[in-house]
Amino acid sequence: MTTIHDPHSTTHPPRRLLPRTLALLAVLLASIVLAVGLGSVFIPPAEVLGALWRGVLSLGSGAELSGNDIIVWQIRLPRVVMGLVVGACLSVCGAAFQGVFRNPLADPYLLGVASGGALGATVGIVAGWPRSSIPLSALAFALAAVGATLALSREGRRFPPTRLILAGVVVGSVLSAFTTFLILRGEDRARQVLAYTLGDLGFSGWRDVLTILPYAVIGCGVLMALARALDTLQLGDLTARSLGVPVERLRLLVVIAASAATAAAVAYVGIIGFVGLVVPHLVRLVWGAGHRVLLPISALAGAALLVLADLLSRTTVLSQVGVVTTLLGGPFFLWLLARGRSD
Amino acid sequence: MTPIQETHSHTLEAHALHVRAGTFAAVQEVSATFPAGVFTAVIGPNGAGKSTLLRALLGLSPPEHGEVRLLGRKLADWPRSERARTLAYLAQGEGLPDTAQVRDVVALGRGAGAWRWGLIPTRPWTDADESAVTDALTRTDTLRFEHRRVSELSGGERQRVSLARALASQPRFLLLDEPTNHLDLAYALDVIRYVRCEVAGGLGVVAVLHDLNLAARADALLLLHQGRVLAAGPPEEVLTPALLHTAYGIHAQVIRHDGRLVVLPQDGGEGV
Repeated sequence: MTTIHDPHSTTHPPRRLLPRTLALLAVLLASIVLAVGLGSVFIPPAEVLGALWRGVLSLGSGAELSGNDIIVWQIRLPRVVMGLVVGACLSVCGAAFQGVFRNPLADPYLLGVASGGALGATVGIVAGWPRSSIPLSALAFALAAVGATLALSREGRRFPPTRLILAGVVVGSVLSAFTTFLILRGEDRARQVLAYTLGDLGFSGWRDVLTILPYAVIGCGVLMALARALDTLQLGDLTARSLGVPVERLRLLVVIAASAATAAAVAYVGIIGFVGLVVPHLVRLVWGAGHRVLLPISALAGAALLVLADLLSRTTVLSQVGVVTTLLGGPFFLWLLARGRSD
Repeated sequence: MTPIQETHSHTLEAHALHVRAGTFAAVQEVSATFPAGVFTAVIGPNGAGKSTLLRALLGLSPPEHGEVRLLGRKLADWPRSERARTLAYLAQGEGLPDTAQVRDVVALGRGAGAWRWGLIPTRPWTDADESAVTDALTRTDTLRFEHRRVSELSGGERQRVSLARALASQPRFLLLDEPTNHLDLAYALDVIRYVRCEVAGGLGVVAVLHDLNLAARADALLLLHQGRVLAAGPPEEVLTPALLHTAYGIHAQVIRHDGRLVVLPQDGGEGV
């Protein structure tokens, strides 16, 4: 692909954006080191960095890890990396949904992905399927839910945004009703279902990370490639079309890419609220609205935020990451609204 | 000033255009020629088909019959990106992203013509793009606030930014849908003045205007009524009491003041 010179670099002097981005990278690195270090066994930051380095070396040499290195690489790091991937995914997809629907209240769960995933997981849990097949069931149902939303909103070859949003609400409600029904029928497993629904990174292993990585990379990659078209869409459908952007194709592609990435995240860690809604708004305040900056920075910020939220969840009584993000995200969003600069 | 050649190939034309909006025939049998270097105002009462005609001229609403020709070539035969570069559009109440900077918004107008599948820019951003953006900002007097955020601008300033955005692709024709709507008179006159400058430079302009006294400043008028052309020609031929009565159902006096026509609606008309 051709490298595109970014007109932002001449209009936002890089001098002003670079320190902010470097600060964000520092926060991201600090949150990783902190999250890997804190737990039942405390590992100081220097030793965390050493363990990470030795682990990378051992990948090359095949040397055995020992002591704290095992805790770092086999217990804590998969969970942290899962947090990074899911946080990045949800934030990028949230930003893309807000952009494509030109709606500041849009989030990655808008089109029924979350309710689909919840139903899929509930079906698996209530039917007593093995733990490893629950995410696959959730993924299938999440993708099917988005498919249903698209089918319901279709008008010829068009997918009008208002119809998409309304169809998403309907699909979400109907699937939630099924989920509730199943929970009530299989009440001894209700707690397990609830734990899934509230979002949890605790079960993540390297295999799970590797499974969702392709969805995350391809989904977010497609969205980032569409950044300039998304910028143009902010001028309105008609203007974007007059500028040569096929708006219907763009909307469909964004919905599919974002839904696939979100569905994978939901399937493996459950429904983590508010990250995809709040992070893009926060990034817009500091870095501006252009999607070529907004999407990658949202990925970094979302990754850091989710790792910190997960750290808070396992070191406090809040116990589940979805509870933390919702508890913190709700009031924070109200603060954004009160500032009157939410979009 | 270079003289504008009134040849067949320097025009945007509608030939017996029929366009539906839903089940309603919004534009019927409309034929009109819009030459480069001429400012044409499209007027007519609400629902006369003005905006629909504009969208059809842009290729955004496909006609049921008839065709649009741009520079002598059927509009449908133009590659999308080239058409986007040649025809610029300023929609009614165009949305601008509040948190975006003025210069970035104007640069979006430049992206036209460099898309793969219409979605991914394929051409590197060049100095020529940068100078076209600067040029569009200069010509609309928006360069001095190029780094401000859209949310900090007044309505009149926003409209000039939109105009700069439309001019950034260096189009041959500019189609404006009620560009003076919701603007105070001073800002409305400003918009007309900037558009006039571009017309003097050879740009063909087609503007839907509601205010007949602003429309009187155009070179040519196209009066639509119930989707059809009621009259076309210079303001003197179109702004007549008889035609205004047919189109708008008003009794109006048309006077000439300082070489310009002024429409004075009389009280007791059937609604303006």
